[in-house]
Amino acid sequence: MPIDWFTVGAQLLNFVILVWLMKRFLYQPVLDAIAAREQKIAAALADAASAAAEAHRRQDEFQQKNQAFDDQRATLLREARDAAKAERERLQNEAREAADAASAQRAKALLTEVRQLHAEIARYTQQQVFDIARRVLGDLSGVTLEQRMCEVFVRRLEAIEGPALVALCAALRAASEAEPASLRSAFALPAAQQAAIRAALEASAGQPVPLRFETIPGLIGGIELSAYGQKLAWSISDYLGALSSGLEETIRAAAPA
Amino acid sequence: MRLTPDAWIFWQYGFVKLNATIVFTWALMVVLVLGAALITRRLTADHERSRWQNLLEIVVTGIVTQIEDVGLKAPRRYLGFLGTLFLFVAASALATVIPGYEPPTASLSTTAALALCVLVAVPLFGISGQGLLAYLKSYVQPTPVMLPFNLISEVSRTLALAVRLFGNMMSGAMIIAILLSITPFVFPVAMTALGLLTGMVQAYIFTILAAVYIAAASRNASGGKALQEPIPASAA
Repeated sequence: MPIDWFTVGAQLLNFVILVWLMKRFLYQPVLDAIAAREQKIAAALADAASAAAEAHRRQDEFQQKNQAFDDQRATLLREARDAAKAERERLQNEAREAADAASAQRAKALLTEVRQLHAEIARYTQQQVFDIARRVLGDLSGVTLEQRMCEVFVRRLEAIEGPALVALCAALRAASEAEPASLRSAFALPAAQQAAIRAALEASAGQPVPLRFETIPGLIGGIELSAYGQKLAWSISDYLGALSSGLEETIRAAAPA
Repeated sequence: MRLTPDAWIFWQYGFVKLNATIVFTWALMVVLVLGAALITRRLTADHERSRWQNLLEIVVTGIVTQIEDVGLKAPRRYLGFLGTLFLFVAASALATVIPGYEPPTASLSTTAALALCVLVAVPLFGISGQGLLAYLKSYVQPTPVMLPFNLISEVSRTLALAVRLFGNMMSGAMIIAILLSITPFVFPVAMTALGLLTGMVQAYIFTILAAVYIAAASRNASGGKALQEPIPASAA
């Protein structure tokens, strides 16, 4: 089997040319395309990885925001609840205070009313008692009683001392015929008693005292001397007046302010 | 009956001749290059691509994977040579289905030329891989006594490459030719199919053997590791 060396040479050349042509038109373009695709895939994978990382980051951020939002909402809710609770307590306290005040007001009004009623009853009772007492004492008072009153009046006159005596003496001395000292009694005093009183007054004043005797049934029983603003009295009416004043003061003190 | 397409001469001027081997080689070259150029003209880097691009990518990446499996760690560096060897031998075998065609690899001249290419390529890749001295040193390994045997081995394996491919391709073509004259129906079809298989196997064997020789030459004397180098994205 001969070898044609020209053909060998030609085939060698052909093969070398074919190698170059295949490199130029096949391997290089195909490998370039594969490399480009691998690069694109790698880029896409990198993009996907970065997108996944970004997604994770955003998810974390979202979760953090959610958490913060939940916390904030819980805080606001708690604050609102606390505020509502405080407001409710305040309103309840206010309502309670208002109710207490109203209740106190009502109780006070009731008490005042009761006390006023009591005072009214007491006043009425006092008035009735005094009316009855006055009537009884008026019915009972007589000359004997007036005599006794006169004695008591004289004794009291004699018992006066100190500044009261000085003032009385000054008033008695100031009395004149034009403006005499006035001695009032419920009944007309007998002459003996008028003399006794006059004597006692003159003894106190140390000089004759112009004196006018008056009869005033309103005194019930008793004697009243007045001269220049000074007044000396003893009468059942005074006792009853003092009693009445004492009772009224007691009622006023017991009544609410 | 021609034993070799070298004998089918279309034109001759003295020593220069244009025989069927050269003509069919050119035809194959035109088909291969034109097909590759047409398909790679519209390559896309997107995920969706044409079936032809898929085919080319499968072929190219398959060859790269095979080269890598042999032990060459920078397969794209050898892709141009080994890939073209495989594609040329395979194409010349596949084209036997065309009536009137005679495979160039059925010519001892072609297989000798290819084997010579391997004979030259092996030391070239070996020297570029590990340097001239280291490569030359590999001939006196494990002892200088082995130098003649190593040289004989180089020559004999080149011869074996050439004769193996030639024998298989020629025999396939011869069998079909003989069977066509004896039983012109059916049986030659089966033998043609078998011939296709044989041709593909021979293409694979030729390429793998060349890769093995290159790998053996590219290993350094001490480490026994194949050449490793960074692969540029556009390297072929």
